[in-house]
Amino acid sequence: MSDTAVATEKPKTSFRGSGGVRGWFGRQPGWVRAVVALAAAALAFLLPYVGDIPLIGPQLITEGIDWPSALFNMSYYVLLALGLNVVVGYAGLLDLGYVGFFAVGAYGTAILTSKDSVLYSHTGWAWLAAVPVALAATMLAGLILGWPTLRLRGDYLAIVTLGFAEIIRIVATNTQTFRGDRGFTGIPHPPGTWNGKVIFGVTDAIPYFWLGLVVIIAVIFGVRNLDRSRVGRSWLAIREDEEAAEIMGVRTTKFKLWAFSIGAFIGGLGGVLFAGEQGFINSSTFVLQFSILVLAGVVMGGSGNMAGAILGGALISYIPDRLRGISVGGTDLYEYRFAMFGVVIIIIMILRPQGLIPSRRRAMELKDRAKEVAPL
Amino acid sequence: MSEPHMDTPEELDRMNARPIDEPAPTGADQILDQGVRDPDALLEVDHVTLRFGGVVALNDVSFSLRKGEIFGLIGPNGAGKTTCFNAMTGVYRPTSGAIRFQGQSIVGKKKHEITRGGIARTFQNVRLFPEMTALENVMVGADAHHKTSVISALFRLPRHWQEERSGRERSLELLEFVGIRRRAGDVSRNLSYGEQRRLEIARALATNPTLLCLDEPAAGFNPAEKAELLELIRRIRDTGVTVLLIEHDMRLVMGVTDRIVVLEFGKKIAEGTPAEVRDNPAVIAAYLGVPTDAA
Repeated sequence: MSDTAVATEKPKTSFRGSGGVRGWFGRQPGWVRAVVALAAAALAFLLPYVGDIPLIGPQLITEGIDWPSALFNMSYYVLLALGLNVVVGYAGLLDLGYVGFFAVGAYGTAILTSKDSVLYSHTGWAWLAAVPVALAATMLAGLILGWPTLRLRGDYLAIVTLGFAEIIRIVATNTQTFRGDRGFTGIPHPPGTWNGKVIFGVTDAIPYFWLGLVVIIAVIFGVRNLDRSRVGRSWLAIREDEEAAEIMGVRTTKFKLWAFSIGAFIGGLGGVLFAGEQGFINSSTFVLQFSILVLAGVVMGGSGNMAGAILGGALISYIPDRLRGISVGGTDLYEYRFAMFGVVIIIIMILRPQGLIPSRRRAMELKDRAKEVAPL
Repeated sequence: MSEPHMDTPEELDRMNARPIDEPAPTGADQILDQGVRDPDALLEVDHVTLRFGGVVALNDVSFSLRKGEIFGLIGPNGAGKTTCFNAMTGVYRPTSGAIRFQGQSIVGKKKHEITRGGIARTFQNVRLFPEMTALENVMVGADAHHKTSVISALFRLPRHWQEERSGRERSLELLEFVGIRRRAGDVSRNLSYGEQRRLEIARALATNPTLLCLDEPAAGFNPAEKAELLELIRRIRDTGVTVLLIEHDMRLVMGVTDRIVVLEFGKKIAEGTPAEVRDNPAVIAAYLGVPTDAA
């Protein structure tokens, strides 16, 4: 986070001087870092073929499920975690209703494209045409949630955001327009052909995963640019001391609303991808549990750090899936996936409360707080 | 979220104080009441009263600051110095009365608007952004006048680069100015107490203020540090910034200020040059605790 600010002034700063992989990475010249990042991205694109690696490959993937589909699921969970990380990790606004934006993105796409939609006679658009409108709608939803909750913090904000997601779900369940459990069918897939064949079909999920990956990479670049700018500094200042930030001239209202709507936008991206892959959505997808899961992913991975959010987002999708097909004493562990997942989270949080790949700042904040609770 | 580091009762009372109605209209009679209005006035506190429920924290306080001076606001603990300060920087809204900065009312303006308008402040208890580096802290202040939008930050448009560079240069200059440039890359929580106080001043200066308000900047300092601070305050004034200094240590204030206002129990009890104030019986009484009617 701090590299831009201090890089050239002092060779050894508090962030770069530390050891470990990230300390090493931070000390490398720009081109080394670029090469490493490119290599990581290239490897990510090869993930669908991980099962072909002898010995370890088959251990990583789950028997009996379609691995590329699992990867695609991971990709939209990662997107959601990245988006929520902006809201929770950067701006420090605890949002328990994040699934609401995922829902707005998905429903926005469905309403504009599905033949079940009341608007079908007017719209019936292609997937790609619906995407910008759906994303604009999610950003607007972010503002609608952000505006009345500007004065709220912490627990109070969490409750209101929770209510927001429930409102969206209940409206979707109970109104004719949003078709409740029956949902929307026939949502078109993303466009494109390759050698005369449709790229985004129904059988092969690999292209969807790759699409998700491209979107993730774009989001990473965008969020990183924001983080290392006036915008990121303002978010951080708001998170650390909102009143002091405002007295130092930070337009807190504006930047909090931006955090909400950028977070919403990224969540909406997850939603439009989801709708485009599934071809069908209904209200039972967008349950509260989903929000909690994504938040758990962000916190587990390391709130305030993109690498952490990516890992956390991938794990919340991967771990429950991986339990499928493992049977202990005749019972399939998949049935106990959430219980076991809960145990895993508890263990991680006990051993590493700052998250798997913590933001250094967040880790320090946590330490400070611990000191306040139990002064030495 | 970090707790506000102010006196808790004040914080609570602020909630009560805020919604209290509009400032009383300031008619010509009030101006007459104050005598001739100072044409050089940079900031005018005009019959300001501030109540927290039943407690009158400021009672009809009036004074004005002139451009380019170092102005002291002193008084015993609990006299209302910080409250007055908070009213001037938009944290509290006066129950009645007016506060004008460069001729314009600032009552009811947002805190960040007041800051961008030219009033910067530090805090009685240091309130830096603890996990940001010293340089980043100052850059937050410098950002007050930046115009990089989310879009230009997102796509790294020229304005982003230009403002990052100029803001960074200016911030480093300010760190140099307050004498902690070598700590630029350290997170501010790792700075010593004295360095943190200096960093707060640098952060406030980065907003390009016309008026800099320092809230007990010498609290917890030893005599050598106090002397350095006074020297820094003079240097700040020499750059053309008007300084308002809050202190309860009279001796410290006497050495550096041009004019002083003394508050006690929310009322102004004296105003004048350090020499005048020092000999004022009401001030002596306030500081020594003699009942005012006996003085």
